[in-house]
Amino acid sequence: MTAVAEAPAASSVVPSFQVTVRLRRFNPESDTEPRWEDHTVTMHGTDRVLDALHKIKWEIDGSLTFRRSCAHGICGSDAMRINGRNRLACKTLLKDLPLDKPITVEPIKGMTVLKDLVVDMDPFFEAYKSIMPFLITSGNEPTRERRQSPEERARYDDTTKCIMCAACTSSCPIYWTDGQYFGPQAIVGAHRFIFDSRDEGAEQRLEILNDRDGVWRCRTTFNCTDACPRGIEVTKAIQEVKRALLFRRV
Amino acid sequence: MTTVAPNIPAPRSPRRLRGRTNTELYSWLFMRASGMLLLILVFTHLFVNLMTGDGINALDFAFVAGKWADPLWQVWDLMMLWLAMIHGTNGLRTVINDYAERDQLRMWLKVGLYTATTITVVLGTLVIFTFDPCPPDAAADLLPSFCQAP
Repeated sequence: MTAVAEAPAASSVVPSFQVTVRLRRFNPESDTEPRWEDHTVTMHGTDRVLDALHKIKWEIDGSLTFRRSCAHGICGSDAMRINGRNRLACKTLLKDLPLDKPITVEPIKGMTVLKDLVVDMDPFFEAYKSIMPFLITSGNEPTRERRQSPEERARYDDTTKCIMCAACTSSCPIYWTDGQYFGPQAIVGAHRFIFDSRDEGAEQRLEILNDRDGVWRCRTTFNCTDACPRGIEVTKAIQEVKRALLFRRV
Repeated sequence: MTTVAPNIPAPRSPRRLRGRTNTELYSWLFMRASGMLLLILVFTHLFVNLMTGDGINALDFAFVAGKWADPLWQVWDLMMLWLAMIHGTNGLRTVINDYAERDQLRMWLKVGLYTATTITVVLGTLVIFTFDPCPPDAAADLLPSFCQAP
């Protein structure tokens, strides 16, 4: 009996381990170039990369700067490049990463680094704004809600999941080299309205994305689909916008 | 007394209309269409040249001269030349657009690209249509055996 009673107690002990986090640091007031900095901390099996960053910031170096708000994969603040891949620090468990090597944490690529892991997100949100991410209708406001069938809702369900973390856009090689490209996220944002049966602005949005720097710059490398922490099929959404432009049918 | 309603523009005008330009759409579509067509053209070309008849052993000056005496193969080779050149040029154009960051460099790379393409396409087209296996004033020992001695 005692053995049975002790077993759950033993398994409930969360294993702890040493983790080396290799951070890409940049202080605009003192650095001319970004530099690498290693910190070794003791973490637990249930911890995420974000917890390691918290531990470093709260117990070792308070000057470490990064964005995070909800810390539960919804706000989209803490997208960063972890071991060379864009992920949310709050959704990446340490135990899923190879712990025999340092875990590299860098700011997302293709945007200006302001400090440490914080980048200038303005161009990203400007691209999003330019596809008019709001309902466009004509005529009088209905007195009741605008109705939609489950099938019509399912048409754009995938792209409603976007949390605007910029993991897709900052994983796109075209976006890295040419800041004029709208980027995958803006196209996802447009897709969400173009294929919404209640919206009447599809034509205008398609016109914007038909631009030289619109959907035709996509090279179908699938980096965005791989990067999306919400599992949105980003490349598929971009292809659907291309098809809508090609056949003029939404 | 009559008042004329002032003509006030709408407070929010839609995004300025630049006239619909579909250049990128057509270039994207061309890449798909020409790519598929080229698959057929190139593999048939390879099969006819290398597999049928005596295969690769039959390949010589006379074989090419014989093919270009046939209008079908003239058109076939012309299509391969044009489609492959435009397909490749368009691909390189997008690579330049993607990776050349400075405007000047981008422009000069494209000027070079379009010049090379034009020269290749014009020369190739000229060769296909003006090809004469037995030019009249050439030395006899340079001509293939089927040319009748003058």
